[in-house]
Amino acid sequence: MKADKFFKFFLFLCGLLIIILAGGIFVSLISGSFYAVKSFGLGFVLGKIWDPVSEKFGLLPFLTGTFLTSILAMLISIPFSISIALLLGVYYKDGFFNKILSYTSDLLAGVPSVIYGFWALYFLVPIVRKLEMKFNILPYGVGIFTSSIVLSVMIIPFTSSIAKEVISMVPANLIEGAYSLGATTYDVVKKIIIPYSRSGILAGILLSFGRAFGETMAVTMVIGNSNSMPENLFSLGNTMASLIANEFTEATKDIHLSSLIYVAVWLFLLSFVINYIGNWIIKKLSVDVSK
Amino acid sequence: MNTKYRIFKDKFLKMLVTFLSLVAILPLILILFQVVKNGISVVNFKFFTQLPPPPGEGYGGIANSLLGTALLIGLAVLLSVPIGVFAGVYLAENKSRFAEFLRIIVNVLQGLPSIVIGIIAYIWVVRPMGGFSALSGGVALAIMMLPIIVKNTEETLKLIPFSLKEASYSLGVNYTRTILKVVVPTGAGGIISGVIIGISRIAGETAPLLFTAFGNPYISVNPAKPIDALPLLIFNYAMSPYENWHKVAWGASFVLIMFVFTLNLMVKVAGEKWKVKF
Repeated sequence: MKADKFFKFFLFLCGLLIIILAGGIFVSLISGSFYAVKSFGLGFVLGKIWDPVSEKFGLLPFLTGTFLTSILAMLISIPFSISIALLLGVYYKDGFFNKILSYTSDLLAGVPSVIYGFWALYFLVPIVRKLEMKFNILPYGVGIFTSSIVLSVMIIPFTSSIAKEVISMVPANLIEGAYSLGATTYDVVKKIIIPYSRSGILAGILLSFGRAFGETMAVTMVIGNSNSMPENLFSLGNTMASLIANEFTEATKDIHLSSLIYVAVWLFLLSFVINYIGNWIIKKLSVDVSK
Repeated sequence: MNTKYRIFKDKFLKMLVTFLSLVAILPLILILFQVVKNGISVVNFKFFTQLPPPPGEGYGGIANSLLGTALLIGLAVLLSVPIGVFAGVYLAENKSRFAEFLRIIVNVLQGLPSIVIGIIAYIWVVRPMGGFSALSGGVALAIMMLPIIVKNTEETLKLIPFSLKEASYSLGVNYTRTILKVVVPTGAGGIISGVIIGISRIAGETAPLLFTAFGNPYISVNPAKPIDALPLLIFNYAMSPYENWHKVAWGASFVLIMFVFTLNLMVKVAGEKWKVKF
């Protein structure tokens, strides 16, 4: 039985290695950002200026950019993703149409983000530019608004697949009971499906929000990469992730590099909180249903 | 209540939902259309064997980034699959507090933004080695892939009935052999599709490679030197001002999308067949 003990210890070791890895990531982020934390402290979060030349670093423009793009993307995507979920979970539960729609939705989820960015650069940007000219705004084409649209396209399949899972968990006898009382599908959706799956759909939306929050490439390509505070939805901007993508290789000063890692720490912490809440709701929900 | 009004509402909702769904999949059709239309004209046999063109003339090929992507994926698989699979076995076999903690940690790792993983690989590999390298890119991609493999292995092995293990024990087979010769082979299909899902996830990742693999216009197989990758090439060429480089980027996008779609399709078709069923 010596071999068994050894094997069990080996399995444990593999698990331990992953925990050490996570611990190492944590330690590296902390020690990497230490210089910036020491120089700027928590005031970093509210600093409005990011200027590597004069060595002034503040997070606020990018915090704003990240929240603006991902909240806007979330808002745009909600009606579309719920529609897809309803169509797949209520109207066309199986059959040809269901297959087509769920396959395309799955494919959409698999397209690499750099290709979304590339497509947006050559298709979406000219359209937004025309739109901006019509409304007499500086016609950059790129900016926060364009990034939000790309992000919303990217998270729709993700939200809708979670929402569809949740909708399919609604007990069939409730739905059948409503139909037998003469309810239309409209009534069933409004009175049974939505109330029953509300919190699950919310969790799905939150998890997609977390995705948009940390997304780098597509945003970097179309947001315009400006380090000043965004003034409106059509301004150029930067998110935390796109800032790091843009400046990390060019950062020669220690304080610049350390500040970028400090930004990464915030990005990590915030997306951790968002994911944690989303997963917590889903876990709670699946326990409720299995009861 | 007014029946006509109710029927109208019902029909209206169905129409609205159908309309919005069609609008939502429109971008995919547009993306596919653009990638195929712009990409197919440059993709031919030479595209797979030649080096990228100089700015301004010709279309050349993407041999360097194809080879680079293959090498990076190979490195990532090599680094993440053994640990990931055995950690997954551990999670499926244990219900201890430590296992619960490990599960949380794996979830945290999965939620790590890809750009942060790039920074980690930079601190751990690029800095000590004194320069960008294929190895650091492989490490970054391996960190991305690891949680996917752990979770998939655990979920697959949990479906295997206990009676199978009991049968093995009753024949006098010890724990080690039961796991390695009965449990893991039974779940092999599921574990392999987990690896394929992981590969399809990292094949198109750009952010963690920006300051690790970095890119390289020449063919390289040296893990200690910078290397190109398909998504890096797409990013760099798409952002360049040269018309012919855009074309190359479209061609590379076409190749990358086809690769990822094939992997996803494999998981969909083979995954059903390989699924653990009892």
